[in-house]
Amino acid sequence: MGRQEMSVLSLSGIGHAYFGRTVLDRIDLDVQPGEMVALVGPSGCGKSTLIHLAAGIVEPLRGTVAMACRRHAMVFQESRLLPWATARDNIAYPLRLAGIRAGERRARAEAAARRVAFDAVDLDKYPAELSGGMRQRVAIARALVVDPDFMFFDEPFTALDAALKRRMQDLVIEAARSAHFAALFVTHDLMEAVRIAHRIVVLDSAGKGIAGQRMLPGEPGTREDSDVFAAVQAFLKRDPLFRHIHDVDERRVA
Amino acid sequence: MFEAALSRLGRMGSFLWAGWSGLAGLALLAALWQAGHEAYGAFILPSPLETLAAGAAILSDGRAWGVAMLTCIRAVEGFAVSALAGAVSGLAAGYFPATMRLARPLVTVLLGVPPIAWIVLAMIWFGSTDGTVVVTVVVAAAPLVFVGVAEGVMTRDRGLDDMARAFGAGPVQRLITLGLRHVAAHLFPALAVALGMAFKVAVMAELLANVGGIGGELARSRANLDVAAALAWVTIAVAALILVEYGVVHPVRSEFERWRTAARPWGVRR
Repeated sequence: MGRQEMSVLSLSGIGHAYFGRTVLDRIDLDVQPGEMVALVGPSGCGKSTLIHLAAGIVEPLRGTVAMACRRHAMVFQESRLLPWATARDNIAYPLRLAGIRAGERRARAEAAARRVAFDAVDLDKYPAELSGGMRQRVAIARALVVDPDFMFFDEPFTALDAALKRRMQDLVIEAARSAHFAALFVTHDLMEAVRIAHRIVVLDSAGKGIAGQRMLPGEPGTREDSDVFAAVQAFLKRDPLFRHIHDVDERRVA
Repeated sequence: MFEAALSRLGRMGSFLWAGWSGLAGLALLAALWQAGHEAYGAFILPSPLETLAAGAAILSDGRAWGVAMLTCIRAVEGFAVSALAGAVSGLAAGYFPATMRLARPLVTVLLGVPPIAWIVLAMIWFGSTDGTVVVTVVVAAAPLVFVGVAEGVMTRDRGLDDMARAFGAGPVQRLITLGLRHVAAHLFPALAVALGMAFKVAVMAELLANVGGIGGELARSRANLDVAAALAWVTIAVAALILVEYGVVHPVRSEFERWRTAARPWGVRR
């Protein structure tokens, strides 16, 4: 029970349905402070729905979401930037929602941009003028600017190419280490999960509860590439928990 | 700060510079007009220069300014009411689909009835007063704004709404920072069309309701078979419209559309 009280995010008995079709049922999940949890599962198992429920974008039909963090932030699969605002104003958008003065907004947005290595000369550009990677950098800066102690990542790097993806993962690992935020990171890429997380949680392929979880040895960011690769191979070849991870059902989009 | 002022100056310069191409288009129209004049004679179609001279003569008389102002005030009054009513009801319809289902057929009816029919009705209801003109303008222009705004609301990016919610934005904050901002992009083209409609309908209503203004002067020119004066009044009405549209509507719109300009490749920016 003590563990429960400590956790920064606690999902208990979560269930959800769209138009009568159950997509999630009996989900229990706890995330500890400073812990990076990767949520994996085959496509269409409801992981995206689950993170939307946890982030408070959608109200769950059953169960409760308890958050014990000061501020949370989210990075989406698409960058979801305001097309009419410059990169600077996009990064500052959550601060605007929080009612912070323009001068401070500017300074904090610039600081956040530096943390994600976003070039200051591009801060006055509009999203349409930025590349996909730069847009995602802006989206990460927008999340970091509120100084969150919990972050939601909803397959943030799926649309990026391999090299860029790696760089972004390193960025998240580094940001998580320096700001010490906990995170729920949804991904379908096991390699990504093993690189960035402390713990991997596998969602049942039909969304009926959590299928199981695996702790990962060592700290994210300190693992050698060969170890990461070996761990992924071991999971895929020998661990029954990951047997359905690459199943694809294109009719089910959640 | 200095850079912002400089970029504003630059944008103003390019806006004014774009006036040349507009002028070129008008010159083309004048050339066609001149050709028509030479083919059919001065009685049927006075030359552009004659018309301009007649216009100058009309405007040198102090009374004419009052007449033009009267029409402008009526058109702008009707336009303001339509903009407000159309925008508010458009927002309501966009955000509440049930309202939209009710409003759609009403809009079709409003847009389907010719303005001339509204003028007759308004004349019966309001007699020969400003009210007739303003009401006709509102009935003709408000549905245009309504449709523009409702379309704007319905085409909003729900992903952005979700994003704002994930950052803790309430419904009012989402409306102000996302909804209205997105709608603005649809509102300004609709406003430009509605403004043109307002001037046209105002002149027509004045002509038929016999309540003075540019329409009244047109009726008199027709009675006197004074084609040059009639054309001059038309020119004055168009000039007033151009003044309001390029003086107010377009600058405001381009302020809202800066990001679209930025998205275009550099070669076609102007």
